[in-house]
Amino acid sequence: MKKSTLFLLALAAVGLLVLPLYLKGYGVYLLSYWLVFVVATMGLNLTVGYAGQKSLGHAAFFGIGAYTVAIAMKAGISFWFGLPAAALICFVVGLILGFPALRVQTIYLAFATLGFNTAVWLLMRNEEWLTGGTFGINNIARPQLGGLSLDGNLAYYYFVLAVALLMALLLWGLLRSPWGKAFTALRDNPIRAESLGVDTRSYTLLSFAIGAVYAGIAGSLFASLVQFIEPAPFTVGASIMMYLMVVVGGPGYFFGPMLGAAVGVLLPEWLRFAQAWYLFVFGAAVVLLMIWLPDGLLSMPDRLRAKRLARQASALRAASVGVPGPRA
Amino acid sequence: MSQAVLKVENLHKAYGAIRAVAGVSFEVMPGEIFGVIGPNGSGKTTMFNSVLGQIRPDSGTVVLNGRDVTRCGPLALSRMGVGRTFQTLQVFGKMSVRDNLLVAAQEHQGSMWGRMFAPGDSGLGAKVDALIDQFRIRPVADARAGTLSYGQQKLIDIAMAFMSEPALVLLDEPCAGVNPSLVGSIRKLLQELNRTRGHGAHPCSFVVIEHNMDFVMALCHRIMVMVEGRVLAIGTPAEIRANKQVLDAYLGN
Repeated sequence: MKKSTLFLLALAAVGLLVLPLYLKGYGVYLLSYWLVFVVATMGLNLTVGYAGQKSLGHAAFFGIGAYTVAIAMKAGISFWFGLPAAALICFVVGLILGFPALRVQTIYLAFATLGFNTAVWLLMRNEEWLTGGTFGINNIARPQLGGLSLDGNLAYYYFVLAVALLMALLLWGLLRSPWGKAFTALRDNPIRAESLGVDTRSYTLLSFAIGAVYAGIAGSLFASLVQFIEPAPFTVGASIMMYLMVVVGGPGYFFGPMLGAAVGVLLPEWLRFAQAWYLFVFGAAVVLLMIWLPDGLLSMPDRLRAKRLARQASALRAASVGVPGPRA
Repeated sequence: MSQAVLKVENLHKAYGAIRAVAGVSFEVMPGEIFGVIGPNGSGKTTMFNSVLGQIRPDSGTVVLNGRDVTRCGPLALSRMGVGRTFQTLQVFGKMSVRDNLLVAAQEHQGSMWGRMFAPGDSGLGAKVDALIDQFRIRPVADARAGTLSYGQQKLIDIAMAFMSEPALVLLDEPCAGVNPSLVGSIRKLLQELNRTRGHGAHPCSFVVIEHNMDFVMALCHRIMVMVEGRVLAIGTPAEIRANKQVLDAYLGN
């Protein structure tokens, strides 16, 4: 984690502060929607991209966050209690979901987490007394900050932006600390990591728990943004979509989720001109991207640098062959 | 006589009918370089992995500095000051060389929660730099480990095992697949490490599995020969060279 990351983050923040002034209501709403998914996928990037744990259950945490805030607010409890409660619940449930990862990995872990997502989704659909079932929960209010109403799209956008920036800064700090290296070591080679004293058990569990907190907070923001929730946005399909966002942006790249969520949330909007074909175009674009850039969009500079270094090395080799040595 | 750093007694490990390790006993003294040789399939790596908690032995005891560690896993052993390398290369390919060395020692400092707020280099920068210079890998210190040559990665792999200042390092074939000039460099590095770290209040001992006889004979203070899971002989390089049983079973003429 370099200091330049922080500079880029500050630059992005300035851009995002100014951008909505040039957009209409729906544009601002879409930007907020994107930021919510940036927060969620930042967490998934920690779990999948940095720690290497294949999780297909992220939308479940997103849903737990959303329903926690919605149910709390319907019961007259403030959003400001609902939000930390959602984070805490997600941390605990994330920790529990981490346990299968201590026994199984790769595709088997993906299926275990997928099963978890299905179970949570069924709870949301079937427990009508709590969640409203398929009818969902209506009229979720937007919070007030001090005396300031966050009811308007622009005000709420700035609130979401502030939370997203705070979460990004916290993640940056975490990845810069020894924890960041421990997560990467766990991903690259868990057996070697353990032999060097890295407590792979704890880091595996924490990668799930912290990732889940990000999803829970994103879910809370989501509930108040869309103001109506039902089980549909929290299916396994949504988890796969979030995973796709991480992979498209570049797993293990700090800005990967920003780009990935843009592809997942904003690109379909831009492709609306294609109408019924937009999913086809989107799908085809993803296929092409995975063929040419399997490590995601942000791996492009790395690939170009590796190519340049390889060219330089072969030029050096050619030069050393071409020029006779002292004993030739 | 001082107490052994590592004491292995009557270690057994079988896979079905195959007795990979069948009653191995030996001791490693403080500051000693202890070599383990034997033909392929003689149980050297199984013995190593049993000692290091990677696999659980069927019976026998492993004692580290007077403490029974037979049932300890690799994590606990690392925290107790046991470093190791593996037969195959095991560096963190996507991390820089510097980060590889940092992660090799950072978990030995403070508590897990404390490390969450610690600086990125855990205050280990000077130690990393010293080891980078000692292993002569300064020009590649900031490169990604996975992009380096096999020999360079091998050096990093070995350096990582020494980062946490262990009391005992087990090296599994440090010269496998390495060119002859680098074999010489690795031998000199290990001798230098033994000179600088093999004495004093916390001496470091090595156990080395290796097939390269010149390397083992020049490096080790004592050598154990294993054949079919058993110990055939333990002695100084001169004694091993002169041992008729060893000559017949392994070294040849």
